[in-house]
Amino acid sequence: MLEVRNLRKEFGDFVAVDEVTFSLPAQGSLAIVGESGSGKTTTARMIAGLETPSGGHIAVAGAEPAPGRPRSRARRARGRQIQMVFQDPYSSLDRHQRVGDAVAEAVALHQDLPAVRRRARVAELLDLVGLDDRQARSLPKALSGGQRQRVAIARALAAEPRVLILDEAIAALDVSIQAQILALLARLRTETGTALLFITHDLGAVRYVSEEVLVMQAGRVVEHGPVATVLDDPQAPYTRRLIDSIPKPGWKPRRRGDKGAD
Amino acid sequence: MTTAPLTRTTTGRTKRTRPRDRLTLGAGCVVALFVLLAVFGPLLAPHDPNAVDPVNVYAGPSATHLLGTDDTGRDLLSRLIAGTRASLAAPAVVVVVSTVLGTLLALTAAWSGGWLDRLVSGALDIVFGFPGLIMAVLVAAVFGAGLTAPVVALSIAYLPLITRVVRAAAIKERNLPYVSALQLLGAPTARIWLRHLLPNLLPLVLVQATIGFGYALLDVAAISFLGLGDQPPDPEWGLMVSNGAPSILSGLPQQSLYAGIAILIVVVAFNLLGTGLSRRLLGENA
Ligand SMILES: Nc1ncnc2c1ncn2[C@@H]1O[C@H](COP(=O)(O)OP(=O)(O)OP(=O)(O)O)[C@@H](O)[C@H]1O
Ligand SMILES: [Mg+2]
Repeated sequence: MLEVRNLRKEFGDFVAVDEVTFSLPAQGSLAIVGESGSGKTTTARMIAGLETPSGGHIAVAGAEPAPGRPRSRARRARGRQIQMVFQDPYSSLDRHQRVGDAVAEAVALHQDLPAVRRRARVAELLDLVGLDDRQARSLPKALSGGQRQRVAIARALAAEPRVLILDEAIAALDVSIQAQILALLARLRTETGTALLFITHDLGAVRYVSEEVLVMQAGRVVEHGPVATVLDDPQAPYTRRLIDSIPKPGWKPRRRGDKGAD
Repeated sequence: MTTAPLTRTTTGRTKRTRPRDRLTLGAGCVVALFVLLAVFGPLLAPHDPNAVDPVNVYAGPSATHLLGTDDTGRDLLSRLIAGTRASLAAPAVVVVVSTVLGTLLALTAAWSGGWLDRLVSGALDIVFGFPGLIMAVLVAAVFGAGLTAPVVALSIAYLPLITRVVRAAAIKERNLPYVSALQLLGAPTARIWLRHLLPNLLPLVLVQATIGFGYALLDVAAISFLGLGDQPPDPEWGLMVSNGAPSILSGLPQQSLYAGIAILIVVVAFNLLGTGLSRRLLGENA
């Protein structure tokens, strides 16, 4: 479904992403982990077509995007292939748009439905991510970070993409909602064949979301394999360090400082 | 402070109106008053602003002439009121033209980035290098007196001010993930501009236009004062200041003084309104 070969991104003479190669089959789920600044978001933005790669190839469903600025019809078609939930929930929604309208706008761009059915579809999408009617009528500022993140997930799902990239989109959610969203994504995988690309710096969470994991350090892939293998028998010293920093059983949880969590 | 009235804020909480907010409100009322005068002025003036009265020149304040009369016996209050339209219209055109063009230019530059952005910024830097008023005076001197040439020149001179501020904000806005999300959904660029970017930039544009209006009014008045803009017998304020100037030395400053005060009030009111709006709409602590 998604083929990435020798992907590279340079900002000036700084190499943010260096020869990244992986593939993601339909219904697959791949996690990209790595510490802050390792190039995860940049990789995702290139795959989504929001950033021009300095080198390498990206093919979605076998087709490489045409070079240059795509027209909006082509962009809508691409939107049905790839959607992305952005890392920062505070700026991924238009602050003057009611969140229900944001989802409705996404639905309208992708499905030519009469108003009544469109409203029903919006309500259905919001319900899938656990948001009610009152929240749908709110402006983003009235919602918590986790609630905004769920709006962004609903908006991405409106395009019914074949690949969904979630950039740190799950970490900010509290445990019960997290379980609901993960169940929703798992159902999506099996029912529609959507492939998932999880981006996270939390190697501990990877076990629950993906079969395969790719570890990035300073723009390079240092380890790539099935989650169980990588977690139980890490080859790269960097991966070992990441695993050692995962809280062990008996570790006393401290409250996350994230004011975004709901 | 404890006696300040309670008002509801947008968040629904009650909060004491601070003196600064009252100042903004006052400035807004003054602006509204002058806008009304500009629209209905000719109907409200107690006398014909151009009716000369040779026996009543330089009359002091009286019941018939509340502010007295000028060198040809015309009623000063009527002239001030009737002149509001002429005095406000030209700066309004300057502000509207430079704001609309500047905003479009800023959005285009911010949206496309790269060489187009550099071109726009470079061109604006060059325009910014010319003092607007001097440019307007030169243009008027070349094309002859009249408002058209100075208004065009000032509109261009005011472009960099608005464009720079809006461009900086537009670049920030354009790089927010919600714009990426819209692009990723395949939203047409026109839709992203009209439905998302422009509405979000509108408060800033409004603030800039409001503050710019005060300066534009001052510049237009100065051009008229120099005899290059509006022509007599129009009761335009800058013209009135210059018309009354010769008699100041004879101890009869009324005409220049009143017109000058009118200019001052409007300029200060627009400035206070602009900074107040900026505080409220943009959350600046300026
Ligand atoms: N537009 C840009 N211009 C210059 N440098 C950039 C740009 N975008 C990203 N970078 C740099 O590229 C590197 C990788 O950034 P990226 O956002 O991909 O990291 P990340 O792995 O997503 O980190 P985090 O976990 O903190 O989100 C960083 O060093 C960053 O400073
Ligand atoms: Mg990131």
